[in-house]
Amino acid sequence: MSDDLEPAGVPAPPPEPGVSHVPAPAPADAPHLSAPASGLTDGEWHRLHPATPLLRGGIVLIAILAWVISNLRERLLDLFIGRGDVEGDPIDWVVGNGLVGVALLIIAGALLLFIGGFYLSWRMHTFRITNEVVEVRSGILFRTNRRGRLDRIQGINIVRPFFARLFGAAKLEVNVAGQDANVQLAYLSSTNADNLRLDILRLASGSQRSEAAARDAAARAAAAPTTTLPAADAGTALTGAPDAQRYPGTPYPGTTPPGQPAPGKPLPRLLDTRVSELLAPELDPNFAPPESVVKLHTGRLIGSIFLNDTTVMFVIIIGAAIAWASLADAPFLLFTIFPVVLGAASFIFRRFTKSLRYSIAGTPDGVRVGFGLFTISNETLPPGRIHSVQVSQPILWRGPGWWEIKVNRASKSSTKGADGQQNTTILPVGNLDDVLRVLGLLLPGLVEDSSVQLLRDGLISPGRDGFTNSPRRAWPLRWFSWRRNGFAFGPGVILLRKGAIWRELVVVPEPRVQSLALLQGPIYRRLGLAKIKVHTVAGPITAELGAIDVDAALTLFTDGSRAVIESATADTSHRWRSSERTSDRDSESTGGHTGDHPGGHSGEAVS
Amino acid sequence: MTERLELPVETTGVWRRVSGRYVVVDVVGQIFSAIIAVAATSLPAWLTQIWWLWLLPGVIAVSMLIAIVLTPRRVKSIGYQLRDDDLLFRRGLMFQRFVSVPYGRMQLVDINRGPLARALGLSELRFVTAAAASNVVIPGLANEDAENLRDRLVELAESRRAGL
Repeated sequence: MSDDLEPAGVPAPPPEPGVSHVPAPAPADAPHLSAPASGLTDGEWHRLHPATPLLRGGIVLIAILAWVISNLRERLLDLFIGRGDVEGDPIDWVVGNGLVGVALLIIAGALLLFIGGFYLSWRMHTFRITNEVVEVRSGILFRTNRRGRLDRIQGINIVRPFFARLFGAAKLEVNVAGQDANVQLAYLSSTNADNLRLDILRLASGSQRSEAAARDAAARAAAAPTTTLPAADAGTALTGAPDAQRYPGTPYPGTTPPGQPAPGKPLPRLLDTRVSELLAPELDPNFAPPESVVKLHTGRLIGSIFLNDTTVMFVIIIGAAIAWASLADAPFLLFTIFPVVLGAASFIFRRFTKSLRYSIAGTPDGVRVGFGLFTISNETLPPGRIHSVQVSQPILWRGPGWWEIKVNRASKSSTKGADGQQNTTILPVGNLDDVLRVLGLLLPGLVEDSSVQLLRDGLISPGRDGFTNSPRRAWPLRWFSWRRNGFAFGPGVILLRKGAIWRELVVVPEPRVQSLALLQGPIYRRLGLAKIKVHTVAGPITAELGAIDVDAALTLFTDGSRAVIESATADTSHRWRSSERTSDRDSESTGGHTGDHPGGHSGEAVS
Repeated sequence: MTERLELPVETTGVWRRVSGRYVVVDVVGQIFSAIIAVAATSLPAWLTQIWWLWLLPGVIAVSMLIAIVLTPRRVKSIGYQLRDDDLLFRRGLMFQRFVSVPYGRMQLVDINRGPLARALGLSELRFVTAAAASNVVIPGLANEDAENLRDRLVELAESRRAGL
């Protein structure tokens, strides 16, 4: 019963668990380039996983059941143990008043209503994916119709709550820009969700438009097979992933058995696919490098959680309470810290389980970030959807040399990421090398030989380097950090460096900058300083830099605004694979840009 | 080091200023808010008759007065210019603010008219990008100027459309 989707146009028979419509996998022998992996992107209306109503409303049913059972506990005990009389039981009352028939009728009616409602809501909940939009219709009485444009996709998230994983179901969430602007497909079967994401990303990437051209290319490739294998250039070496478009023989994940064990970790073949699906690695080995570029050791994760501001605060509160209780010789005071202990434990547990199995890897369609132990979340961020990146190091992490990476995104995912925040934390904890690797994934073209030194400086240098730093006269405003407080231009990015104690580096990709502001107040004017703000979409990061020299700020403002315009014109990441089109009318404008677009170099390879 | 911030001349053109009538709108608005603020803060002093409670409304009244006196100069400091690829906006005397917004970043353009501004034939133009912080609001434009500017901005944004 893993596959469930049928065209909704025809009045379909009720779903039978045994009968399934397995989407035909792409034939491996015929290089049919644009064959969708899931068979769901044909523009027809499809239905969701049959277990959807149970998964969405099932919790309520279970809660009601639990309530009923707990109310009838005495009666049940009575049944099994058979002693004593129970007073005031609703069943006694029903029996006593001769209402057994009525009660049964009511129960049957409620059950029918529930099941009917579930079935109806499942029947009415349909979605379709065309070349332009993804659209969902739902609701029985109040109909909802939501449509998201594919070229506006900011990320696709696949969430597998623990309960849904038991059914082999997953929730696919297409994030488009804006508050609460997500198109949710909940629930799909697990493999379908993976394949569908692949298909949607392929449609959104703009490579589908060149279907005919691509087929021509494939035909030519078949005639001369050597031309299909271009040498790995810098772009693909960075993302490190095979490009599905360029390797037609690569089997789609639909054709591979789910649950391939992670390399190096032999996974015993367990009872059935469900179990192996439950334990499967998050990243499909065919579409991501087999290994995450960052290995999050459990020890480091635990350490990072305990060296956390919140944890330290909890410890201080608990310690203070214990001290107080012992000093005042009033042990009952210990009970007052009980909720704090509970809170601390749940915070640590949540953060720990959310960040376990963290993985990040580059795919042809963007960066894929996965985490979660029980509820697994796995999100793909297409190229050019990251509006700014912040690498920060709290003082407690200085010793072990750990960093955290957050990003600003145009969409707000409804699911929480690691740490229970919005999905803005891309790397919960990592060392300097991890940071550079993740930055290379997030902003392709940024981490090169020439710029690595700049990034290292931005992270750990105390000052006097490639950055334009604050002048000495800025010390009244930046007591410790004036030497470090500065900016620099990297390849396609603006780098802002702040903080000597709480170190921070903000990287803003130029094509994503919305506007630039230059500010000066009376104190700054007296000190000959100014402030620069780089406006991006709202998020946890505010890219601004205060207390820099007026002339430097003016340079940053004028050069920056020019660079921003140039990068934005050259940027094609909203259709990140469109340069693969053999006949591309925009190709002249994409030429010189090395910005954020991993497939960017492949145009020459195909044609 | 007390001179005000000025962009390098070679990167900018002529600043276009807003209508002088906007001073009236601004002054009236400030007088209203000054009256409300002073009235609200002097309430405790009225009720308790403690003399030093009058300090707060006094300070507010004086600073509001200074702000009102400076209004003509502040309105004169508002300027904008349409460069080749971006809209450049400035305002502020004491707290200066320069913003450069590429046309392609435009999400929408608003034209607002308050009651007094409408009586004086003035409009306020708001240029909205995906970043809330951009906050480019050009007040005190003559109605036809505002509409022309809007149409021009939309046209420019169309020809330089960029993604998000």
